[in-house]
Amino acid sequence: MNLPPVAIAWFGAMILFGVGLYGLLVVRNLIKLVVALQILAKAAMLAFVAAGYAQQQMGLAQSMIALIIVADTVVAVIALALAVQVRRRYGTLDVRQLTALRG
Amino acid sequence: MAELVCVLVAIICAVQAIRAERLLHSALWLAGASAFIAMIFYSMGAREVAIIELSVGAGLVTILFVFAISVAGDEHNVGRLAVPRALAALLAGLCAIGLLWFASGVVSIVPNAPQSTGLTQMLWRDRALDTLVQVALVYTGVIGLLGLLQAGRTEVDVHHTEQSEIQSQHDATPQAERMHG
Repeated sequence: MNLPPVAIAWFGAMILFGVGLYGLLVVRNLIKLVVALQILAKAAMLAFVAAGYAQQQMGLAQSMIALIIVADTVVAVIALALAVQVRRRYGTLDVRQLTALRG
Repeated sequence: MAELVCVLVAIICAVQAIRAERLLHSALWLAGASAFIAMIFYSMGAREVAIIELSVGAGLVTILFVFAISVAGDEHNVGRLAVPRALAALLAGLCAIGLLWFASGVVSIVPNAPQSTGLTQMLWRDRALDTLVQVALVYTGVIGLLGLLQAGRTEVDVHHTEQSEIQSQHDATPQAERMHG
């Protein structure tokens, strides 16, 4: 079995996307939700690398991935700070117990 | 072959990051997934980004997670889920397969495609706006973080700070008077 690297990276990206989406749907802990988001972002990066490798445009793909890494890190920082604040204010990280916004 | 091993290990690490009971274990599994994805990047020729991913994705973000977990504390959530596991797995699988079908034409190999320029040229010459956006994003993140940390100060902290400021002013006044005298 001799799969090309593009196919391997593409299948890996799709499976990582599925794992991240499953985590977003199932997980109830706020910090773990950020972990699931990070996995989704990694799937996007892998898809960009596969596309750049196939189209011989690795410079373009790398500049896109650099943008994704920066945006993803900023999202993680803000989300973790929010999670810490939620824990301080409500005493829990469980999203189902945050009842302040429930109508 | 190296790519296949790295992809499989990265997927196992990602699954473990979702499944792990403790948050700290989850963060460490995520760091492992980042490291193996960086290895895939390197072996496919995206060398600069591999280094960035290894230092930021596996290093900085993991430290942030560990810091946040140490401040917020670990917590086990048990009970009913919003979405049943089977339904969530079905939805995620359908989305992944749909995306694979939708974008399978994008990654077909293009023969004799023009060679791309390097990352530095691409970042500074062709996509300078992206670099500007990245700088703006970093500033936004810093300002947002400062705002959140400021909002997180409880009223007791603020009261303490005001008290200490008043105290220090009170301590400084006699010295100033003595100096004038």
